[in-house]
Amino acid sequence: MLPTDPTKKISFTRCIKEGDLVIVYERHDCMKAVKVCQNSAFQNRFGAFKHSDWIGKPFGSMVFSNKGGFVYLLAPTPELWTLVLSHRTQILYIADISFVIMYLELVPGCLVLESGTGSGSLTTSLARAVAPTGHVYTFDFHEQRAASAREDFERTGVSSFVTVGVRDIQGQGFPDEFSGLADSIFLDLPQPWLAIPSAKKMLKQDGILCSFSPCIEQVQRSCESLRLNFTDIRTFEILLRTYEIRQWRADCTQGTGGGSAGSIRHKRKQHLIEGSGEQENPNNSTVMARPNGEARGHTGYLTFARLKCLS
Amino acid sequence: MRRQGATGEEIVEALIANSATFEKKTSFSQEKYKLKKQKKYAPKVLLRRPFARSICEAYFKKNPARIGFLRVDTLSLLLSMGNVAANSDVLVVDMAGGLLTGAVAERLGGTGYVCNTCIGDSPYPMDIVRIFNFSNEICKSIVRASVSDVTSQSETSEQSDQLESACNMEIQSNEQKSSSVSMEDISLSSENGVSDLILEANHSPVNKISKSHKVGEKASQETLKLWKENGFSSMIVVAPELDPWSFVKDLLPLLSYSAPFAIYHQYLQPLATCMHSLQVRKMAIGLQISEPWLREYQVLPSRTHPCMQMSGCGGYILSGTRTATNASSQQ
Repeated sequence: MLPTDPTKKISFTRCIKEGDLVIVYERHDCMKAVKVCQNSAFQNRFGAFKHSDWIGKPFGSMVFSNKGGFVYLLAPTPELWTLVLSHRTQILYIADISFVIMYLELVPGCLVLESGTGSGSLTTSLARAVAPTGHVYTFDFHEQRAASAREDFERTGVSSFVTVGVRDIQGQGFPDEFSGLADSIFLDLPQPWLAIPSAKKMLKQDGILCSFSPCIEQVQRSCESLRLNFTDIRTFEILLRTYEIRQWRADCTQGTGGGSAGSIRHKRKQHLIEGSGEQENPNNSTVMARPNGEARGHTGYLTFARLKCLS
Repeated sequence: MRRQGATGEEIVEALIANSATFEKKTSFSQEKYKLKKQKKYAPKVLLRRPFARSICEAYFKKNPARIGFLRVDTLSLLLSMGNVAANSDVLVVDMAGGLLTGAVAERLGGTGYVCNTCIGDSPYPMDIVRIFNFSNEICKSIVRASVSDVTSQSETSEQSDQLESACNMEIQSNEQKSSSVSMEDISLSSENGVSDLILEANHSPVNKISKSHKVGEKASQETLKLWKENGFSSMIVVAPELDPWSFVKDLLPLLSYSAPFAIYHQYLQPLATCMHSLQVRKMAIGLQISEPWLREYQVLPSRTHPCMQMSGCGGYILSGTRTATNASSQQ
């Protein structure tokens, strides 16, 4: 998935090969990750798609089913992966992920510790941020989930930058071998204050910690515990509002607007038809945008803190 | 008291002692009063190394117009949606004074390229990149190229190489430091030959060189060739004064197939029309217009609540992925 592997870099010259992971795009809210296999077929409501038809085509191509329906085949990115991965736990989405990576000041070469791994949504983006010279060490106390995460990282091709460990960070803290080596730490735990003393030991001077908690009580307890050894403690909430667009043609008679408005539009249409013979007249229609009716109200609070420098 | 040489702490104590209403305040209120006075009379300054997020926050607070009102969370979304990673070739249109270019370069870590392009003839200023204090390695990954540079068919590649080195020598011999770049774009398809172009190099002011770190060098022939063959791996646009569709239709063919892009604008309408045009021409899929919402909290015992002040708007982002169906438009 990452361009650090030249064979996986998105490029004009790259074509879909056997064994590649592709994102099958039906609609913006309907996508699936599929591994390309010479003899396999992909089934959906548009029909059956033979993988052999896909091999040799560039990513981003439109491909057809036996019934004439079509889908697009996209190259996987951490953003697309977040939307298609199987949820074993609640995951982080792009708004929180992008903010975390920015505030943790992650660049290639950083060493990041994470707990819990969950479904690996954030982990994949962390890997992208620190590759090729950095590394992500992620821990989850649930053995099965850790194993599933390892499988996912293999599938997406980030496993050389991610090491998954099974460990109860709240009870045992992070392994001593990382003491003083971590540039950043990310915590997504039910009781993060239990892990904060260990985090303090792991972080480099001026290293940054982030704790993600859905409940404000968790945030309050975490901040209390942070005040001892951390500074610059800030808590945020970030959400994404999406918009949908629609074309409004001036000649359509919909809308419950007043009669006078309707007749003005009618006059304009007459004028335009006389003026030009063009089919798609830009004056005839406008594109309108409005917020989507469905919106996410809350994901969690993000608390950031820097380890105090001892002078 | 200050003139008498009292320390900040002493001044604050004196203020508290003389305040008529201090005794009557609640303990929370007293704490708040003390902090406020301390901030004014005993300020503490922390020195921090510069990073994209702190630079963005500072500008957003002090001079947001300079960075096109690009808020931190919006910038972070652009970097994610633009799939910025090591070894990528990212095409950027940066009218935020160089903040976007710097942020992308930071995440590239010295590998790959961030190609700063401009719509029209005059390159945009990139002063903010200097504030990042980049190493030489990272500086080298920041290059400039005009749209015509990247799209034109260069048959006179050898000649152009000679011109490149001639111009570079001119630049290195002048040791001026100017705050804005105004190096003229060398048209590769020019048939007038060597003499014209060297004349231009003599007249044009030198590109900004701060100490030994050269940022925003013109992309070399080799690199331009690479981009033409492979395409850019993604594109990020911050051009709050321009209409996006007017230039996105020319830039999109420069991206590889299935490459993601993110376009920021302060206003919603231009992005709506751009999205519609892209949809109609099937140039991109997965199109989405997002507006980030950010709120900070004050977390203190018994005093936890969202902060009273909040930024009302961080702009809008149109994101999507380029399709491969318009294969014929690849130049």
